[in-house]
Parts: sequence; C-alpha cells; structure tokens
Amino acid sequence: MAQIELSGIERVFKLGDSEVHALQELSVSIERGEYVAVMGPSGSGKSTLLNLLGLLDRPNAGTYRLEGRDVTTLSPDEQAEVRRTRIGFVFQSFHLVPRLTAAENIALPLMLAGIPPVERHTRVAQALQDFGLEPRAGHRPEELSGGQRQRVAIARATIMRPAVILADEPTGNLDRSTGQDVTHLLEELNASGVTLIVVTHDPVMGGRARRRLMMEDGRLLQDVREPAPA
Amino acid sequence: MTPADTLRFATRAATGYPLRTALMVLAMSIGVAAVVVLTALGDGARRYVVNEFSALGSNLVIVLPGRTATGGLGLGNLITSTPRDLTVRDAEALLRAPLVTRMAPLSVGNSEIAWGGRLREAMVVGTSGDYVDIRAFRMAEGSFLPREDLGRAAAVAVLGTKLREELFGSDPAVGRMVRVGDRRLRVIGVLGKTGQGLGMNTDELVFVPVATAQAMFNTNNLFRIIVEARSREAIGPAKQQLEDIMRLRREGELDVTLITQDAVLGTFDRILGALTMAVAGIAAISLAVAGILVMNVMLVAVTQRTAEIGLLKALGATGRNIRLAFLTEAALLSLAGAFTGFALGHLGAWGLRLAFPVLPAWPPDWAVFAGIGTALTTGILFGVMPARRAARLDPVQALSRR
Repeated sequence: MAQIELSGIERVFKLGDSEVHALQELSVSIERGEYVAVMGPSGSGKSTLLNLLGLLDRPNAGTYRLEGRDVTTLSPDEQAEVRRTRIGFVFQSFHLVPRLTAAENIALPLMLAGIPPVERHTRVAQALQDFGLEPRAGHRPEELSGGQRQRVAIARATIMRPAVILADEPTGNLDRSTGQDVTHLLEELNASGVTLIVVTHDPVMGGRARRRLMMEDGRLLQDVREPAPA
Repeated sequence: MTPADTLRFATRAATGYPLRTALMVLAMSIGVAAVVVLTALGDGARRYVVNEFSALGSNLVIVLPGRTATGGLGLGNLITSTPRDLTVRDAEALLRAPLVTRMAPLSVGNSEIAWGGRLREAMVVGTSGDYVDIRAFRMAEGSFLPREDLGRAAAVAVLGTKLREELFGSDPAVGRMVRVGDRRLRVIGVLGKTGQGLGMNTDELVFVPVATAQAMFNTNNLFRIIVEARSREAIGPAKQQLEDIMRLRREGELDVTLITQDAVLGTFDRILGALTMAVAGIAAISLAVAGILVMNVMLVAVTQRTAEIGLLKALGATGRNIRLAFLTEAALLSLAGAFTGFALGHLGAWGLRLAFPVLPAWPPDWAVFAGIGTALTTGILFGVMPARRAARLDPVQALSRR
C-alpha cells in the first residue's frame, strides 16, 4: 500500500464568473520514504497539490488516502490532528513567529500537541543540537540569517517526527550556498526514511530528486523516476 | 494545547506589541478608573449628607410653618407663605404629647455682636434650655440657657466657640456683657467645638432665650420647632400626636409641616444614591467604548497575524486552539486594564479625599466589582468576534499573505 494515494483529484477555483481548474484528473501514488520533486510553471497547480497533500485544502472531487486512510472526509479537527502528527511543512518564506525565539518556534508543534513542558524541552534541545542552532536558541527570527531561519523552520517541521515533509520552494529565498545546505538537510531527513515532497522551480534542485512530477495546467504531464543513486 | 500554554502564548502575543497593548490597557483602565472615582465622589457626597443629618441629633421631628401636601422635604417647604405664625404657645402645647420628651423652639435672625470694640456679624438663635440636650452639645465654659418660662426674655447669651475666640481671644468670656443688636446681654456659657451642621456652623452662633430673640427681631413667629420623640420607634406615633395637637390649635386645619429626620435622610439618601448610579452609568459608557476598542484592536491583531494563524493551522492547531488563544489575549488585555483602572481609581479617590477632607470619598464595593466585571465582560464579549474570525481563516490564503 502506498503512503499517499491520490485518485481522480479535481480542484476548481471560482474567479468571478470563470472557473479555474487548478487540478484535473490527478492520480498519483507516493511510497514511504520517496523523494519527489513537483515541478512546473507558475499556475500549473503544484502549490495547490501541496496544499491538498498537507490537508490545508480540500479537493472538489476524488479521494486522498494517507497511510490507507481516506483523509478528505475527516472533520477539520481530525485534519488538524493529522497535520500535527503526520505532516511537516517547510515554506519559502519560513513563516516563523516573529515575537518567539528560535527555540520557541521549534517548540510550537509540541505545544499545540499538548506535550508536557519537560519532554518538550528535551526534544527542542535535541533538535537545536541536530540542526546546529544551539547558539541561536534564544534569538528571534529577525536576528537570524536566512539559512538559519530555514533551519529553524525545518527543525520545527520535523520535531513531531512526521511521516511526510512538504516543502514549498524551500530554497527560494536563499542564496545558492545556503540553499544547498538546506537541500542537503532535507535530503538527510529523507535518507532517514521521511517522505520528502518538494515543490520547486529550480531545475537543479528538482534534478536531485529521484522522482519528478511535471505539472502543467493542473494536469500531471510527466512522472519521471530515476533509479536510486548508488 | 494545554490551558497553561494557551495563556503563555496569549501573554507573549500581548507583550509582543507593547505600544498597542499599553494603549489598550490605558483605554480600559480609564473606563474603570472613571467608574471608581465617580462613584466614590457620588457615594462620598451621600455619606457626607447622611453624616450631617445624623449629627443633628436623634429621634427628631421638625415642625415648620406652612403646609405642603406631600411629606418629606420639598420645594414647597421653602417657599410657602405662612397662613398663621408658629408661636411659642404652639411650641409649649407640643410638649403635651405623651411620646415627646423634649422640645426646643427656634427663632433665627442676623445681628451684630460687639465686645470691647470688636464687632462682627453673627446669626442669633433664640431657643430654650433643652436645645443643648437635643443636639447633644457639650459646654466648654459656663452653662447653657436656663430652663424657664419661654416667655421670659432674660438678657443672657451663649456663644459658639469660634465666636468666643474672635471676640475675647484669651480673655475670659463668661460673665462679660456683650452687645447684640441693640441689647446688652451677659455671656453665661460657651459651647464646645461642634463643627459643621447642615450648613450652619454652630461654632459661630449666638444662642439667646427665644423671647429675647423674638423681641430683638420684633416677631412672634418661630422659624422651627424641634421635637424629640421618646425613641426611634416612637417617631411615627409622636408625629401623629403632634399633628393632632396642632390641628386642635388651628381649628382643625393643619397648616404646619412635620418632617421626621428619617424622611429627610431617606430623601437625601435616595437622591444622592440615584446620582451615584447616574454617574456610574455615564462612566460605564466609557467601559463600553473600551470594549469596542478591544474588539478593534483584536481585529487588527487578526489581520496583522494572518500569516501566523495560517502557520498555526498548518502546524496542526485546531480552530478551537486559535479561538481560545485570541480570546485569552482579549481577556488578558481587559484584565490588565481593569486592574490598572482599579488602582488608578483608588489613587483618584485618595486624591479626592486629600483635596476634600470632609468628603468620605470611598468607592462603594458594588461599584468596584461592577466596574471590573463590566470591563472583563465587555472585553471578552467583544473579543469573541475577532477570535472566531481568526479561527475561521482559510489557511491557504492566510499562508500566502506575507
């Protein structure tokens, strides 16, 4: 059984009188631990796909099975629970809470999950260590560099040990070398078994993925698989 | 999300925007402080008047010439023309009522008092020897007016303590002859310090026998008759007896007004109580305004933090988590405002007491609770709408906002 199974997904937005088909007849399945790049021009529906995968959006038609469970019919609270425990988000613009320190930002998902402060503290400390953020723990986002911010965001995305990481242009706001660092970081996580799905414009980054979904006009144009590098 | 975390998160959010939070707290605190100070003022005035009346003596029925249809103290008492004078004979007749213990007629006029080249205006009160007991005055020197026939115009006077000081200074006063108007009177006593009483400062009065005063002012009329009933419970029946006596003396027509201290006190109590409520109501309006401000501020906060709300949703926050966080923030702002206002209000009341020592300007407990309660309820009520709006935000759109 695939970890993620999309079948016959449709997503239609109404813009005034006209209807925009952001996703059409999309069927795709992704196995546990895969490294997938979703690529395509702007407006091809790749962000919509990512939002659907992250349960931030609902399809108009079709079914989405995550780990064998149909998640499209869940109530909003149940979906929140799935997001909290199974999915980690990494955004292009980091989306850190400006008034909270790096450590507090990383602790946010733990806090939302109601994990007791003592355990929270040890887990955050571990994450800070893993991502080399220890000296920056008490700094607020505005005092961090772009690369550091994205590392905080990735630490936050992984603190709940999710099954899937969804990254939307994770290197889009970073220069080449920090972008590469972040890419490596995500790939390391993938190597440890987490499914990694990256939306990107960047052909270099897309080229690193073992599987590429090429989108255009809301349809899946190409599904390219490469054998795992030796 | 545990309640403690919600509280901590909301606190961080509130303190994360210090200027906004400070202004909000200020607005709320002004509302609460206004309630506290204004009710302190109103209630202080009420207590002041009540105290003044209690200082008058106890179990008193006051008889004044003229008739008003309604009981209590009305405008009519002040302006009715007197069909028949209230005389000393009337006063003596009132003593026949079985429930009456003491009586003092009052005849009042302005005159000058002079001794040893010093001269000043003074209010002269003609009364009887019982007056000192009815009002429970103490004598500083000598004795009060003699208890004798009310028709006897003895040439004696009793001075208030301030008047005595101004006229005689350190010289002894008792036994001296003073000139009051065109008469020479012997000072037989000086009253102890009594302070203010109903606008008439007893310390500045000259007391003379009622017949002396009436001769001095060339009148048969009495200003008031003060009657003391046997007990508090006897006030009502005593009033009835007094009315019967007066009616008999006036061929069945009651052309005097009897007011009991209770009635006067009750009237003032009611008037000033209503006044306090009115100012509290006006102050409460500012609380409602502050409540709307809370709503405005929270709505702005929701807009400002749209991306954050989207993020929280992406991280798995439920609608309830977000609603509670924003509601807690609104409650915290109101709470801080309410307690700052409480402190400010008490500071203001303290200032009032300092500026006007005679006014017992303590805010009543009910007003304090009502003020803080209203602040909290309006703050939280007006926080509901922004919180719901935050919880309903679409995460996709919220996240796309930068």
